Amino acid sequence: MGQIRAFGRFFKGGLNAAIRGNTAYHLWMGVLTLLMLAATYAYSIQIKEGLIVTGMNDRISWGLYISNFTFLVGVAAAAVMLILPTYILKDINFKHAVLIGEGLAVAALLMCLAFVVIDLGGPVRAWHLIPVIGYFNFPDSMLAWDVIVLNGYLFLNITIPLYILFCHFKGIEPNKKIYLPGVFISVFWAVGIHLVTAFLYAGLPARPFWNSSLLGPRFLASAFAAGPALIILILEFIRKHTDFKVPNTTLRKIAMIVTVAAQINLIMLFSELFKEFYAPTHHSQSAIYLFFGLEGNNSLVPWIWTGIIFNVVATVMLTVHFIRQNFTYLTLACGLLFIGIWIEKGLGLIVPGFIPGPWGKIVEYQPSWVEIIITVGVWALGAFVFTILAKVAIAIETGRLRDTP
Amino acid sequence: MLFDLLRGKVKVNDFLPTKSATKKKDTCGCGKTSGSCQSKSKPKDGYEQVMNKKMNRRASFSAITKGLLTGAGMAQAACSTTSSSEDRRQSQLKWEEYFKKNYQLMTPDEKQATVERLTALYEKRTGKHVNIGTEEARENVLYGYAFNISKCQGYMDCVNACVEENNQDRSTQMQYIRIHEIENGQLSFEDAEDTFFHEVPAEGHFYMGTQCYHCENPPCVDVCPVGATWQEEDGIVVIDYDWCIGCRYCMAACPYDGRRFNWKEPEVPEEEVNLVQHYLGNRMRKKGVMEKCTFCIQRSRNGKNPACVEACPTGARVFGNLLDPDSEIRWVLENKKVFRLKEELGTEPKFWYFMD
Repeated sequence: MGQIRAFGRFFKGGLNAAIRGNTAYHLWMGVLTLLMLAATYAYSIQIKEGLIVTGMNDRISWGLYISNFTFLVGVAAAAVMLILPTYILKDINFKHAVLIGEGLAVAALLMCLAFVVIDLGGPVRAWHLIPVIGYFNFPDSMLAWDVIVLNGYLFLNITIPLYILFCHFKGIEPNKKIYLPGVFISVFWAVGIHLVTAFLYAGLPARPFWNSSLLGPRFLASAFAAGPALIILILEFIRKHTDFKVPNTTLRKIAMIVTVAAQINLIMLFSELFKEFYAPTHHSQSAIYLFFGLEGNNSLVPWIWTGIIFNVVATVMLTVHFIRQNFTYLTLACGLLFIGIWIEKGLGLIVPGFIPGPWGKIVEYQPSWVEIIITVGVWALGAFVFTILAKVAIAIETGRLRDTP
Repeated sequence: MLFDLLRGKVKVNDFLPTKSATKKKDTCGCGKTSGSCQSKSKPKDGYEQVMNKKMNRRASFSAITKGLLTGAGMAQAACSTTSSSEDRRQSQLKWEEYFKKNYQLMTPDEKQATVERLTALYEKRTGKHVNIGTEEARENVLYGYAFNISKCQGYMDCVNACVEENNQDRSTQMQYIRIHEIENGQLSFEDAEDTFFHEVPAEGHFYMGTQCYHCENPPCVDVCPVGATWQEEDGIVVIDYDWCIGCRYCMAACPYDGRRFNWKEPEVPEEEVNLVQHYLGNRMRKKGVMEKCTFCIQRSRNGKNPACVEACPTGARVFGNLLDPDSEIRWVLENKKVFRLKEELGTEPKFWYFMD
C-alpha cells in the first residue's frame, strides 16, 4: 500500500515537473501540440476518404509513413549503445546519458507504432493483430514478429527506467537483481527489433532492391550511427539549457560510437553500390533509378545525393580527430549524419523498392500534403513525449524531485 | 514440373484432413436448417448443452468474449432512444459483423450467420437481394490456367468482363488483369506497355496478360500478419475482406502485381452490381482492404469458367482442373511448349503461357 501511495506521489511529482517550465518550454510544447492537432485533422480526412488522399497507389504501395517507421525503429534500437556500457560494462561515463537514451527509445517506438497504425487501410480492425483474440500469423509473417518485438521493447524501455527513476525518487539505490535481467534482455532485444524490421523487407524476393543479405547488418550500422548522433544533439542541448550535468567524456565516448558505426555504414553502402553498378543486372534497375534516374524519372536523384553527401561529409568530420573533439563541429556532423541517414534509410530505401514495378512499370511517388502533415504531427508527438520524459527524468536525477512522504 | 506439382498436391491431400471433412453438416440440436432432426442419439436438454459443454481454454475464452460482445452490442442498440427498431437491428448486425472471426476459423453455422447478416444489411441499404455463396472447394480439384500468346490480340474483353463480374471499383478503374503490349523480337516486360489507348492489334506487337497466378507457394500468404489471405484446397488464393487490416504487405510481397488495394470506398453503380456472389469472391468490398483475382470463385466452384475465359473472343484463355486428365488445361500442358514467368522465385505459379 505504501508503495502504491509513493507511486502516486511519484506520478504527481512527475506531472508537476512536466507542466511547469519557462516561456520557451511552454512555447515549444504549444507548437508541438498545434502540429499534433493539425495532424489529427489531416488524419480525420484520411480516415474519411481512405488512403487515396496520400501519394501512394497500387504501384507504390508504401510511402512516407513506412519510410519513417523504418528509420525510427533504428533510433529506438540505438538506446542499446548506451545501455550496454552503462549497465553491463559498468562504464561510469555513460550513466548520465542512459536514461535520456531510454526515453528516446520510448518516444521513437511510439512514433513507430503510430506510423504503422496510420498506414493501415482499416485501423478499426487493428485488433485482428492481437494474439488470442485476433489471428496472429506467427511465425510466418515478419510483420507479426515485428509487432511482438516492438511492443516487447517498448515494455522493457518503459519499465526499466521507471523502476530506476522511482528508486531515485524515493532516494534508495535500485536493486540490481530486479533491473539487470531486463537490461540483458533489452540488449538482445534492441538488435532484434532492427534485424526483424530489416527482414521484413529482405524477405521479399519480389523486390530485388530489398532482397539483400546486407540489409540487416546495414540497418544496424546506420541505426547505431543515427540514434546516438541524435542523443549527442539532445545532450548538448540539455547541458546547455538545464542544470543536468553531462561531462565532456560522455559526449566524446558516444561520438566514438557514432564514428565507428558511420564508417561501417559507409563501407556497406559502398559495397552495395559496387554490386549494383559494376555489373548491372535487371535487378539493379531500382538502384539506377534511385541514383541516376530511369527513363527521365529522377525525382529521388537530388534527394539521395543530398543524403549521401551529408553522410560522407559527416563521417569524414567524425573520423578526423581534432574536428570530432570540437563540440561545435561535432554537433554539425551529428546533425548532418542524422539527416543523411534519414534520407537514405527512409524514402531512399522504401520507394525505389517499388520502382520499377513487377512488370517494369515506372511510376514516381510524390507524398501528398495530408501525408506530410500527418508525418510532421507524428514527429511532434515523439518530441512531445520525449520532452516530458526527459524533463521528469532530469528533475529526479538532479535531485530536485524527491519523495516527501 | 506439372507432375511434381500434382504429386506434391496429392501428398498434401493425403496428410491433411480435407476441408469437406470438417464441412459435414452438423445441425443437430441447433435447429437451424429446415426439416426435422435426424439424430438417433438421445438429445440433451438445453441446460446440459450449454452448461456441460466440453471445451478447452481457448474455446471457452472465445465463447465468453462472444457472449460479452453480443451483450454489449444489444445494450448499445437498446440504449439508443432515438432510433427505430429497424435501425437498432441494423446496428446490432453491424456490431456483430465487426466482431466476427476470421473466415478460416468459422464453423459452417457461423459462416451461414455472417452471410445472413451481410444479406440483410445489403437488402436494407439497396432493397435488393444478394446471393452470397460459401461453396467449399470441391474434392480432387486443383485449378490451373493457361494463356495462349499467339491468340491474344489485346482486345481487353477479358478485362471488362472481369470488372463487371467481380464488382470492382469503377471510380478508380481497378482491374485485376493487365494486358501488356510487347514489341516483337523480345519477351521482356521492361519496354512493354500496360496502358494503351489505340487500335489493336498494333503492328509489330504481341500481347500477354497477367493477373494473380494463384501460386502453389504464394509469398503473399506467408507475409500476411493476420492470416486474412490463404490458399484454398482447390489452389485458389483468397482474401477475407472483413479480416484484412490493409497493411499492404502482401502487395509488396507479390512478384506478379497480382493484388489490388481499395484506396477509397469502392463504387459500383447499383444497376451494374453482380448479385451472384461468393464470400471469398466478388462480394462487395470496403475501403482499406485488399482484393484480387479469385479465378471467379463464385463461377468456378459452380462448374463454370471464369469471366475472362468466357469473354475472350480469340480463345486465348484456357482454364480447368489440373487433376482431371481429360481437361483442356491438361491437354495444353502435355502437348504445348509451356512456360511460366519468374520461375526462379520458387513461387510455382499455376498460370502457364504457350504459343501455337
